[in-house]
Amino acid sequence: MKHTLAVLVENRPGVLTRIAGLFSRRGFNIDSLAVGRTENPSVSRMTIVVEGDDRIIEQVCKQLHKLIDVIKLNDITEEEYVDRELILIKVHAEPNNRTEIMQIVDIFRARIVDIGRNTLIIEATGDQGKINAIESALRPFGIREVVRTGKIAMVRGAKHKTETNGKTIV
Amino acid sequence: MSDAGKYRYNNSEVTGRGDLLKNQAASGEMLSGAEIMVRALKAEGVDTVFGYPGGAVLALYDELYKSDIRHILTRHEQGAVHAADGYARATGRPGVVIATSGPGATNLVTGIANAHMDSVPIICITGQVSLDMVGRDSFQEADITGITIPITKYSYLIKDPCKVASTVREAFYIATTGRPGPVLIDFPKDMMVKKAEFRYPPELDLPGYRFRTRPNREMIREAARLLAESTRPVIVAGGGVAQAGAQRELLNLAERSGIPVATTMMGKGTIPEDHHLCLGMLGMHGTAYANFAVSSCDLLMALGARFDDRVTARVDTFAPRARIIHVDIDPAELGKIKSADISIAGDLRRVLMDLLAEFQPADYSAWRERVYRWREENPLAYDQNGSSLKPQYVIQRISDILAGDAIVTTDVGQHQMWAAQYVKRNKPRTFITSGGLGTMGFGLPAAMGVQVGCPDALVFCITGDGSIQMNSQELATVAHYRLPVKIAIINNGYLGMVRQWQELFFGARYAHSDISGGPDFVKLGDAYGIKAMRVTDRDGVEPALVEALGHQGPVMIDFVVEREENVFPMVPAGGSLNKMLGR
Repeated sequence: MKHTLAVLVENRPGVLTRIAGLFSRRGFNIDSLAVGRTENPSVSRMTIVVEGDDRIIEQVCKQLHKLIDVIKLNDITEEEYVDRELILIKVHAEPNNRTEIMQIVDIFRARIVDIGRNTLIIEATGDQGKINAIESALRPFGIREVVRTGKIAMVRGAKHKTETNGKTIV
Repeated sequence: MSDAGKYRYNNSEVTGRGDLLKNQAASGEMLSGAEIMVRALKAEGVDTVFGYPGGAVLALYDELYKSDIRHILTRHEQGAVHAADGYARATGRPGVVIATSGPGATNLVTGIANAHMDSVPIICITGQVSLDMVGRDSFQEADITGITIPITKYSYLIKDPCKVASTVREAFYIATTGRPGPVLIDFPKDMMVKKAEFRYPPELDLPGYRFRTRPNREMIREAARLLAESTRPVIVAGGGVAQAGAQRELLNLAERSGIPVATTMMGKGTIPEDHHLCLGMLGMHGTAYANFAVSSCDLLMALGARFDDRVTARVDTFAPRARIIHVDIDPAELGKIKSADISIAGDLRRVLMDLLAEFQPADYSAWRERVYRWREENPLAYDQNGSSLKPQYVIQRISDILAGDAIVTTDVGQHQMWAAQYVKRNKPRTFITSGGLGTMGFGLPAAMGVQVGCPDALVFCITGDGSIQMNSQELATVAHYRLPVKIAIINNGYLGMVRQWQELFFGARYAHSDISGGPDFVKLGDAYGIKAMRVTDRDGVEPALVEALGHQGPVMIDFVVEREENVFPMVPAGGSLNKMLGR
């Protein structure tokens, strides 16, 4: 099963290497990893999607916890959360099928952000299901390039996930 | 739940080193990075470092030269890091090693991995090229922080001389607390020269570093309940007992409950090995009775042990009928290999003290009888017939002759397993061996570090003809400092353990394991100015050992033993613990 981990880490050089290295060294599978600064510039937040059974996920969490650069870790899989991913798709577009592509873009509430002579770049955000759907809807036209950010997620409601004093014990 | 705020630095916590801090730098002097490093080391209580100089650490060595810190110059950086490791294992204080950039730093890698596997607190300070040269493949540049990420507890690259003091403070704090381990500080040479204000101790800023010392009460009560319900319990004591200094509590629990105790190799000496409840080492080359006890028990209490594959053999048939209580300071060890019924994260001393308070005596005498019968019926044994000198005999005699306070180091291979089987230890930190990594070449430099840390102790290095040649250059260090270590080479002219596996599992095709033909270890000792002897028969063993112990300086004895002796009992890799060869 896929788990979504929200991980607060020190915003320092080498932290991503430590985390990526941990996953490869111990044979854990990262599905996606998205990282960026938080409201506190010395702290970054990673959203890691990882695949594994309960035992593996427990080990992943414990090993992550053990890293000194990991300030806080939450497995938010079972919680109510909002998740988003951003995708940029460069799709082949001839004048005769542009309208059709634009309709798809409309349906997915995506946007066209660049027009070339026979290409369009489409930007879409949404959960992974929607992103996968728009990608497959555009595939018949000929996808030239795709770039995806990986999932980011935030728990709904008042629960404040970014305080730095104290790890959650997993 | 955890010890929140514990990591916050507090002046009162360093009483004992406080006197070193008083007369300096209350106002904050401007010092070079190298001076700050040396002052900070002193403030951390360091009086001895091991190392090897080079281009990128010249400025640091210049400050060391001016200081009263003792520097032990080895002949190879690997010797220095193993010596720091041995020093730390024997004394319980962190070992410090200094090496230059590039090859100096990479020569530490094996030693760092070795310390990491066995949770030994060492601080590795490596020189680095100037910051503006980093990343340009400069002369003697190696990305040592990158290289050592998987084998250090933490590592630093100093990019600001203002950070030197806090880095040293954090490094010692991280290395020595929680589950100990190696910390590396990469120190660019321009940072050694640049000046900054020196204040000590600095504030610690480690919001992500936390370890749990107080165990969960509920879990302790549950553990006590399982103990009371069980009829066939066994304790497995690992290296964590020594790390926590919990040997008294362990003995107390064993004696009050009457539960037999098997130890891992790292746990040797955590319970006196002449105690009737001690079953010796379990595992691949453990005693048959320890392995039988673990295989038949209904409750296994693992204390500071991590279910290494050399201990468990096949994991799914390890302690198959047992409920498991697992105690470790590192929560990531709980459930890593073997899921436990009760997992307790915490400091072992506290856990055992709490458990002793909750514990209800039960009658395990029938079980004990059974275990003791196994011990009587399956003692450690070897064939004493024949004219050749048996390695086990030599090691047994060494064990007999050593005074209680002797500290034994070993290398890796057959001699190590015989030492683990036959050398009796009654105290922790007196059997110093490379456990997790299995590093040939560890024994001699480790013995040097032990001797430096414990100048009055009798230090005895049991090694093999293969292992000693992996770091024999350190004989020069031994001679130079007149370190009175006694070295016993169990010389069979083979890489003995490799040969044993080839005999048993590869049709006796001895592919590149025959190393007979030299060197002449007596001549080698002579070359270094170390007293050296050769023993080739039983009758020569005792007199040689007596002579060695009577000699003031270092001694090396070349014991030429039976070439094709095997270590038994043996659980073949991947087999079940109770299915032993050669029992």
